[in-house]
Amino acid sequence: MSSHPFALAASPDAVSQAPGGGEYLVDRAFRSLAIAAACILIVLVAYIVWKIGGQALPAIGKYHVDFLVSTTWNVQEQKFGILPGIWGTLYSSLLALLIGGFFGLTVAIFLTQGFLHKRLAFVFRLICEMLAAIPSVVFGLWGIFVVIPTIRPAANWLNETLGFIPFFSTSLSGPGLLPAAIVLAIMVLPTVAAISQDALSAVPYRTKEAAFGMGATRWEVILKVMVPTAAGGIFSAMVLGFGRALGETMALAMLIGNSNQVTLSLFAPAETLAALLASHFPEAGPAEVEALMYAALVLLAITLLVNIAGIGLLTLTQRRISGKA
Amino acid sequence: MNAPHIGRMIAAAVALSIGLPAAAGWAQGAGTAASISLSGAGATFPAPLYKKWIDVYQAAHRNVSMSYSAVGSGEGIKRFIAETVDFAASDENLTEKDAAKVEAGAATVPATAGMIVLAYNIPGVSEIRLPRDVYADIFGGVIRRWDDPRIQAANVGVRLPSRDIAIVARLDSSGTTAAFTRNLAAVDPSWRSRGLGVGKLVAWPSRTMLAPGNEGVAARIKISEGAIGYVEYGFAKRLGLPMAALQNKSGQFVAPSESAAQLALSARVVEAKQLEPSVVDPAAVGAYPIVSYSWLFLYRHYPDPARAAAVRDFVAWGLAEGQQYGVELGYVPLSADVVALSRQILDTVAK
Repeated sequence: MSSHPFALAASPDAVSQAPGGGEYLVDRAFRSLAIAAACILIVLVAYIVWKIGGQALPAIGKYHVDFLVSTTWNVQEQKFGILPGIWGTLYSSLLALLIGGFFGLTVAIFLTQGFLHKRLAFVFRLICEMLAAIPSVVFGLWGIFVVIPTIRPAANWLNETLGFIPFFSTSLSGPGLLPAAIVLAIMVLPTVAAISQDALSAVPYRTKEAAFGMGATRWEVILKVMVPTAAGGIFSAMVLGFGRALGETMALAMLIGNSNQVTLSLFAPAETLAALLASHFPEAGPAEVEALMYAALVLLAITLLVNIAGIGLLTLTQRRISGKA
Repeated sequence: MNAPHIGRMIAAAVALSIGLPAAAGWAQGAGTAASISLSGAGATFPAPLYKKWIDVYQAAHRNVSMSYSAVGSGEGIKRFIAETVDFAASDENLTEKDAAKVEAGAATVPATAGMIVLAYNIPGVSEIRLPRDVYADIFGGVIRRWDDPRIQAANVGVRLPSRDIAIVARLDSSGTTAAFTRNLAAVDPSWRSRGLGVGKLVAWPSRTMLAPGNEGVAARIKISEGAIGYVEYGFAKRLGLPMAALQNKSGQFVAPSESAAQLALSARVVEAKQLEPSVVDPAAVGAYPIVSYSWLFLYRHYPDPARAAAVRDFVAWGLAEGQQYGVELGYVPLSADVVALSRQILDTVAK
């Protein structure tokens, strides 16, 4: 005990005591555990990429880049292409982000900028976050039985009157891009709203007070001071929402329509990579499994790229806001 | 929509985990001969009938427990060749190439027959007539709108909506698709040359919505206005979907009905391999144009004679008493000629 370096520094009846041998041990153990967990995480991601890549390798050798730009999925002739899947994945996710991002940010502003009593805002936030707990398949069913019949008359009216615009060029029969995007938007809403709220709450109160002090109106403060200051966090909320939308499977498999085409029309059935994987895996033969693994690799690459790009842009904007070069 | 798939898998898993121990427990309790459990897989087209057969047969034969998973003809054939089932079912007969891959030998027995109907969903339209060239061109992607003059010409007085036609087809490898495309190729000589294909999996026009299983296609039509798709008669009937009257080879428009299907199946055959070609585009007056036989695939040799006896007895029962259950479910009982043919093939299964 006397050999302990801090033994003399603290008196025995002080509140804080020098760490004992046991505490050192716990500290070391925890530190190595944390490092091990971090390493396992990296190894796991690498292993998944390596394993899927390995299984996709024969298909990559067979179909090369054609796989990414061809539009047929023909098991009998062994011709595989996932352009409709890539297109549908990006298109539906972007649409969802457009809708979900707008409403998510609006909800975040509404709940953080003093429009509501604090307690009421807390209840609202809780309800909004509960959306994230609804299972995907329930969203899918809700989409089929509620969203589709609700939007069908409006969609078909748009098709009849503005059918010359490519976005409205087909009529909506049932499953299609728009119902899928609307349900997807509701699914990403809690993510976007929660992270945007955190970002807006993190802006120091002094900033807001200073802006009010300069005579800015409430809306000027929100739109010209608060939102730009929190832009980094809001942007990362959007990226995370987009990432969530890209990989969503069950609801989309039920709502997208499983139709192998590349179309601009919002009302046409389409295909996404995740839905393609889910619907074709159950009875795929060896050649199709290879092609599906290639498709899985592409989906993985898209989501990784989006997340990396998002994090990169996030750090960039944060640097600009904080003024560090 | 993947839900039916997962549902099927769960149902199969539950059936396996609950069914087998229960059957074993019963056999012990009763102290009779060892119980036999048989599993089959394949076509979704005759699945409601086979499930009915299994229910009734099991009730009368307490020592046999059976299960049938409706996974599509293509998957059924795959499992039959891999010998992971005791019997399989398909709406398309086993090709000679596939039959050669079955080490235990294959006996393919025509077990039932049924109609493939074009079910549709157009609000306010409960009757529609489709000429031969028109239904081929709808599924070939040539006719894209419901108010197309060629559809309107055949349906004077029917208010057809100015909407796109949403085609619904099978996602999985399917004997229903095979039978339907065989008919399309017979109706429209340019079908094959346009690269549309005939078989269990074909390249439909790209805007086609794909759904797994007869039940998946029927459900998709039910939720999609302006949709049309091909399903076995009973599936459309259960969901209350209207079905198109189709023009047959002799020119009449025929709505699906048991008598029209029987006319379609009336061609006389002497050999099993003539069955399929005989119903591709039936020439009889008043015949419903798209019908298909459905087959049960058995092995010629089973490792266990008790198992062989059980499979033979079940199929023989299905060919005799089982046929009557088809009528209420929308299938067409086999004619006496075909049943005789089936029995002959069944006799090639070693005892």
